[in-house]
Amino acid sequence: MAPPSSFLWSRRIFLTLLTGFVLLPVYVMVSSSLKPLADVTGEFRWLPSGLTVRPYIDIWSTVPLARYFVNSLIVAGAATVCSVVIAVFSAYAVSRYEFRGKRVFTVTVLSTQMFPGILFLLPLFLLYVNIGNATGIALFGSRGGLILTYLTFSLPFSIWMLIGYFDSVPRDLDEAALVDGCGPLGALLRIVVPAAIPGIVAVAVYAFMTAWGEVLFASVMTNDTTRTLAVGLQGYSTLNDVYWNQIMAASLVVSVPVVAGFLLLQRYLVAGLTAGAVK
Amino acid sequence: MTTTVEVVKPPARPDGGGTPRPRPGRLRRVGLPYLLLLPALILELLVHLVPMVIGIVMSFRELTQFYIRDWGTAPWSGLDNYRMSVDFDAPVGEALLHSFLVTVGFTLLSVGLCWLVGTAAAVLMQDAFRGRGLLRALFLVPYALPVYAAVITWVFMFQHDNGLVNHVLHDQLHLTDNRSFWLIGDNSFYALLTVSVWKGWPFAFLIVTAGLQNIPRELYEAAALDGAGVWQQLRRITLPSLGPVNQVLVLVLFLWTFNDFNTPYVLFGRAAPEAADLISVHIYQASFVTWNFGTGSAMSVLLLLFLLAVTGVYLALTSRRRSSHAR
Repeated sequence: MAPPSSFLWSRRIFLTLLTGFVLLPVYVMVSSSLKPLADVTGEFRWLPSGLTVRPYIDIWSTVPLARYFVNSLIVAGAATVCSVVIAVFSAYAVSRYEFRGKRVFTVTVLSTQMFPGILFLLPLFLLYVNIGNATGIALFGSRGGLILTYLTFSLPFSIWMLIGYFDSVPRDLDEAALVDGCGPLGALLRIVVPAAIPGIVAVAVYAFMTAWGEVLFASVMTNDTTRTLAVGLQGYSTLNDVYWNQIMAASLVVSVPVVAGFLLLQRYLVAGLTAGAVK
Repeated sequence: MTTTVEVVKPPARPDGGGTPRPRPGRLRRVGLPYLLLLPALILELLVHLVPMVIGIVMSFRELTQFYIRDWGTAPWSGLDNYRMSVDFDAPVGEALLHSFLVTVGFTLLSVGLCWLVGTAAAVLMQDAFRGRGLLRALFLVPYALPVYAAVITWVFMFQHDNGLVNHVLHDQLHLTDNRSFWLIGDNSFYALLTVSVWKGWPFAFLIVTAGLQNIPRELYEAAALDGAGVWQQLRRITLPSLGPVNQVLVLVLFLWTFNDFNTPYVLFGRAAPEAADLISVHIYQASFVTWNFGTGSAMSVLLLLFLLAVTGVYLALTSRRRSSHAR
């Protein structure tokens, strides 16, 4: 039975308006990144007065964008790898074994997810400063320190999602592997991990995206050499001028890798979120 | 892998289940789970438990910039930081209360709108039509864009002289008498709300879409046979079936929006305008701009207590509803 035309029309109108709302900033980002400076400092124009790729060349020299890019890549990549690897082991333990303190562990992991980042920012800041004073290890301002702070949000999320995902992998599979003489680690690595790949990819994508977009810790815990993209983009505003065309070009450049990766792995993410959140 | 096949289909077992299989959850070796948990435990200790203990200790100290280098020597101040935070007649407490109320109002509006738009889009896109896949991918773009890149574009759009918003509202549609200021003053609340909904609704869309996939098609077919129209099906089948999904979704959206720092920080900078002074930025400002870490910590602890209470009440309410449903 075909839906009535009133439904079809409301659907068309709603989805068109929504698409416009979603794409408006994307259009502004793309079109402004191709405008000469005069176009973005004067009154807003829908179309550029002349197309130029100049902003895309200038972004690399106005601020050390390449360095920020590498910093972001290292920090987000390392935080992702660490949290996924560690979460795989602990989620396996929680999903497959009974042990004393299991409930305490899961409740703790679950509840730290709701804590505001600001709660950890001050203490971690002081902790790093003190460790630095006492041992000379410079955690504050270093990439390592930033990676560690990013685990505050990526680790609990990864553990929580992977528990849900491992629970959906039939226990019979890895128990059969144990019967066949695999050790528990063998069962995890040969059976459970391959079966849970969509969930693991989803967790990795999510952890990478949040680390790539994180602003709070990055703005406090970095210095000139370790600054990430999140903070680095502020460098396009000088006292005299705001290079909006360059800001838009740089925003586009830093967005393309994550958006492309996200859209490619979208299926996994949806499947992972379904297992983790919907069930 | 014949064993796997055998075990996956229990009825095919030749011994009819005579030998007990290892039961799920049976302890293999007592130490193993702890060994597997060890890396996570160490890190949890390092990034969560130790900082929380430090945070609570700090909230009882008079911790200003003079004691940063060695905060252990900061003098104890008892409950002074807390007293100051909740003294609503004095400037610090008054500002905190204001920021708290702004955050609550903002969060309720933002979560409501995100849920509404996300659910509407997911429901309208439940049935296949041409271009649905493309549209679905487009709708996820705000969610996938890095916060600072997306929000900085909105900052550009909200500019007073060269922004799109004023150009459209004032120059093209003549809806406003003057070019408005969007990032300072009272309008900043609506600017923040717009950006927050723009960024947040795709998550609701994603989760509701996933939830819709779990509703059996037969329910709709049966309803259609009984003569139920599209809107009736929505009210009688779709929305009730989404109940459990919505409970998780609303809680997650609430916590994210309430704790959001990135959006207001990129939109307004270190000091948000009064009308859009969200609590995260407020605490950041109290700690890192006015350098009063003790008060900032006390505010963080109070915020945490509030979130724990809200989550507890919410979980208690929704789980009671769930169990009464089951009965």
